[in-house]
Amino acid sequence: MKRRYLHSMLAAVAVTVLASQSWAATTLTVYTAIEADDLKRYAAEFNKYYPDIEIKWVRDSTGIVTAKLLAEKNNPQADVVWGLAATSLMLLKAEGMTQAYKPKGVEQLDKKFVDGEDPPHWTGMDAWVAAICVNTVEAKKLNLPMPTSWKDLTKPVYKGHVVMPNPNSSGTGFLDVSSWLQMFGEEGGWQFMDSLHQNIAWYTHSGSKPCRQAGSGETPIGVSFAYRGAKVKNKGAPVEIVMPAEGAGWDMEATTIIKGTKNLEAAKKLVDFSVSKEANQMYNSVYAVVAYPGVAQPVKNYPENIGAKMMNNDFQFAADNRKRILKEWQRRYDSKSEPKS
Amino acid sequence: MLAIGAFLVVCVLLPLYSMLSKSFENADGDFIGLANYADYFSTPALFLSAINSLYVSVTASVIVLVTAFVYGYALTRSCMPFKWFFKLVALVPLLTPSLLSGISLVYWFGKQGVAKELLFGELIYGPIGIIIGSAYWVFPHALMIVITALTITDARLYEAATALRTGTLRTFFTITLPGCKYGLISAGFVTFTLIFTDFGVPKVIGGNYNVLATDIYKQVIGQQNFEMGAVVSMILLLPAVLAFTVDRVVQKKQVALLSAQAVPYRPKPKRKRDLCMLVFCSIVAALILLMIGMAQYAALITFWPYNLEFTLANYDFDLANGGGWDSYFNSIRMALYTAAFGTVIIFFGAYLVEKGRRFIAGRSIFHAIAMLPLAVPGMVLGLSYIFFFNNPSNPFNFIYGTMAILVVATITHFYTVSHLTAVTALKQMDAEFESVGASLKAPFYRTFARVTVPVCMPAALDISMYLFLNAMTTVSAVVFIYSSDTTLASVAVLNMDDQGEIAFAAAMAMMIAYTCAGARILHALLTRSIMRTTQAWRTS
Repeated sequence: MKRRYLHSMLAAVAVTVLASQSWAATTLTVYTAIEADDLKRYAAEFNKYYPDIEIKWVRDSTGIVTAKLLAEKNNPQADVVWGLAATSLMLLKAEGMTQAYKPKGVEQLDKKFVDGEDPPHWTGMDAWVAAICVNTVEAKKLNLPMPTSWKDLTKPVYKGHVVMPNPNSSGTGFLDVSSWLQMFGEEGGWQFMDSLHQNIAWYTHSGSKPCRQAGSGETPIGVSFAYRGAKVKNKGAPVEIVMPAEGAGWDMEATTIIKGTKNLEAAKKLVDFSVSKEANQMYNSVYAVVAYPGVAQPVKNYPENIGAKMMNNDFQFAADNRKRILKEWQRRYDSKSEPKS
Repeated sequence: MLAIGAFLVVCVLLPLYSMLSKSFENADGDFIGLANYADYFSTPALFLSAINSLYVSVTASVIVLVTAFVYGYALTRSCMPFKWFFKLVALVPLLTPSLLSGISLVYWFGKQGVAKELLFGELIYGPIGIIIGSAYWVFPHALMIVITALTITDARLYEAATALRTGTLRTFFTITLPGCKYGLISAGFVTFTLIFTDFGVPKVIGGNYNVLATDIYKQVIGQQNFEMGAVVSMILLLPAVLAFTVDRVVQKKQVALLSAQAVPYRPKPKRKRDLCMLVFCSIVAALILLMIGMAQYAALITFWPYNLEFTLANYDFDLANGGGWDSYFNSIRMALYTAAFGTVIIFFGAYLVEKGRRFIAGRSIFHAIAMLPLAVPGMVLGLSYIFFFNNPSNPFNFIYGTMAILVVATITHFYTVSHLTAVTALKQMDAEFESVGASLKAPFYRTFARVTVPVCMPAALDISMYLFLNAMTTVSAVVFIYSSDTTLASVAVLNMDDQGEIAFAAAMAMMIAYTCAGARILHALLTRSIMRTTQAWRTS
C-alpha cells in the first residue's frame, strides 16, 4: 500500500518535471571559434528570431575546437558547430560526424560557400583572407620598402624581418602554404617557400600572432589575415594591411549540425538563421566578405580590393593533400632549431 | 589503502593505458603495431626536438637546483635577516601561470623590449627564453623540496662536529649534504621533469626552437594527429621511468634523520656567511620581482609600445577572447575543491606508503604509480582523460564535462610533488613513534591522528597550498577537458595570448596572482597559529 503510494508520487513528480521541461527553452551546445566580443551579439541577434532556443557557447581557437570535436567523436557533446573553418568541417564530414541538411534559403548563397553535396553537410558564413601586416614605424626605422606581393617577401632586404604562422599548428599557416602551392605550382611553391624561409625570423603557433606582433613592433612584417589586421589597426597600431598582388588564400567560417544531436529541430532552426540575409549582415560588421551576395558593406580598416584578391581556392585539393603537404613542410623547415637572426 | 590505490589506477593508469593503445593505432582505430613509432624516429625534425628538450631541461635544472639549494640553505641554516620576506618572494612564481614568465620576457627582451641590449643581439625567442622562463617558474617547486629536506635535521650531529673541531667545509660535506641528499635528488628529478614536460613557456617564448611538449601541441592541435601525439607522449614518459629507478636506489640508502630523541637545529649567526647569503637572496628575489612586476605593468598599458598611457580596460575580460570573469570564479572554485580533497587523499596515501607495515609489494607499486603523474605532461593527461572518460561505456563517463573531472585531473597532475613532500616529511620521522604506539596498544589511526598529523601539519598545509596555487595556475592539464560551464582563468590567459590579446592575458594572469597572494597570506597566518599549537616541541 505504502509502495503504491510512493509510485504514484514518483509518477506525479516525473510528469511535472517533463511538463516543465517542454515549456522551458531548448538549449543548444554550440562549438565555435568566433571572436568572444562577437559571440554575445550573434546570440542576441539569433534570439530575436528564436527566443525559445538558448545558445550555450563553447569557444576556442580553430585548432582546439577541431581537436575537441574529433576527440569526442564517439560521444559528441556539441549540437551545432557555428563559425569554424570550412576545412575543419570537411575533416569532420570525412569522419562521418556531420548531419546533411538543406537550410531554408541556402540557394541564395554564393555557390562556393556551400558544400557541393546535396543536401549539403555545411554552409559558409564569411571568408577570412590571408594578408600581410606591415608595421610602418618599424619598417621606416629599418629602411624597408613596402612589400606588395608574396614574391617581394623573399627579397634579401627582408631577411629576419618576416614572421609567419607554422602550418602544422595554425589553420592560417596551412591556408598560406596550400595557396602558394596552388598559385605557383607544386615545384614553384616549394621554391618560393625555400627562399621565404631564408627571411623568416620565427614561425608562430597561431595565425593571428604574426599580425599582433607586427602591431606591437616585435616584427616589421607579419603574414596573417585581413580580419586580424583590421582589428589590430582599430586598436591604434601603425599597421598597413597589404593584399599581395598574386592573390591570397582564404578559408571560410562555416556551420554544420553534428550527427546524432538530440536537439535536431532546434539545430535546424539555428542553421536556417545562419544562412539568412540578416545573419550575413551581422557577419558583415566584422568580415568584409560574406556568403550572401550583395549584402556586404565596406568594413572599417579593411583593405578595399579584398574580394578581387581572393584566389580561386580548391578546398578539395587542400583537404586531400593536407597530410602530405604538412609532412613535406616539416621536413624542409621545421628541423631548423635555431631562430635566424 | 585500496580506495586510494583505486583512485590512482582510475586517474593515472587507465587513462594512460588508453593513451598507450592509441599510440599503436592508426586514425581509424586499427592496430598497426610500432608503425607510428617507426614513423616518428624517421622524422629528423621530431628527433631533434628530443635533444632540444633534453638540452634546455638539463641546463635549466642545473641552474634551478644550485640556486634553490643556496637559497634554501640561507633560509634554514643561516641567520640572514628578512627571511620571512625572501620566503615569500621565492613563492611568487607559484602565484602565476608559467605563461606569465613568457609574456614578461617579451616585454623585457623582445624586439621592443626595455632591456633587449642585455642579450647582445641574441633573440629571446629560443633556448635562452625557455631556460630563463622555465628557471623562473620551476624555482619554488625545487625550493619546497630542498627546504623540507634541510628543515628537519638533528642538531646533535652538528654539536658533535663542533666538539670534534670539524671544519665548516667538512661539516657541510659530511653532515649537511648527505642529510639532504635524498631531497636534492628528488628536487633534481622534479625540476628536470617539470621543465621537460612543460609546454607553456616554450609555446610563448620558444620561437623556432622545438621541444617535445610543443611537438605534441602541433601534432594534436595543428594536425589533429592524436596517434602521433600519443607516440610523443609515450616518449615523454621515459624520464619518469628513469626518475623512479633512481629514486628507489637512493631511497634504500636513506636513513631517518629525526629520531625520537632528535634536537632541532638552530643556526648561529656568522656575519660573513649571513651577508653573502643576504646578497645572493636579494639578487634572486629582485629577479623574481622584476619578472612579475613587468607583467603587472603590461596589464596596465593601453597599447604597448605605442601608447603607454595607463588604463584598467585590460581587466574588462568579457570583451576578450578566451573567457570572461566567469572563468575567473570557476578557477577559484576548482582550486578550493582541489586543495581540500587533494590534501586528504595525498597525505593519507603517503602515510600508507611510508608507515604501512604489511603488503610491501602493494606499497611499492603504489609509490611507483604516485611517481608517474610528474612525468605526464598536462596536455597528455588531459588528452588521455578525453579518450578514457568520454567513452559512453566507461562507468565514470558521468564526470566528463563537469567540475569534478577538472578537480580529479588537477589532483592527479600535481600528485607526485605533494606525495614526495609528504613522504619526505614522514620519512624523517622515526619509525619508533609507530613502534611505541603499537607497544602501548594504541591503534595505528590514533598514532596517526595524535602524532603523525600534528607533526606533519606544516607539510600538510604546504601541500594544500601547493595544490591550490597549481590549480589556479595550471593550463595544460585542463585545456582539453574544460567545458563551457567550467572555463578557467589560466586557460583564458593561454587563449588570450594565443589570440594576440597579450595585455588582457597579462591582466588575467595578474588576477590569478592577486588571488593566490591572498590565499598565501591566509596560509601564512594559519601556519603560524598551527605552529604555536602543535609545533612547540621544535623550539622548546
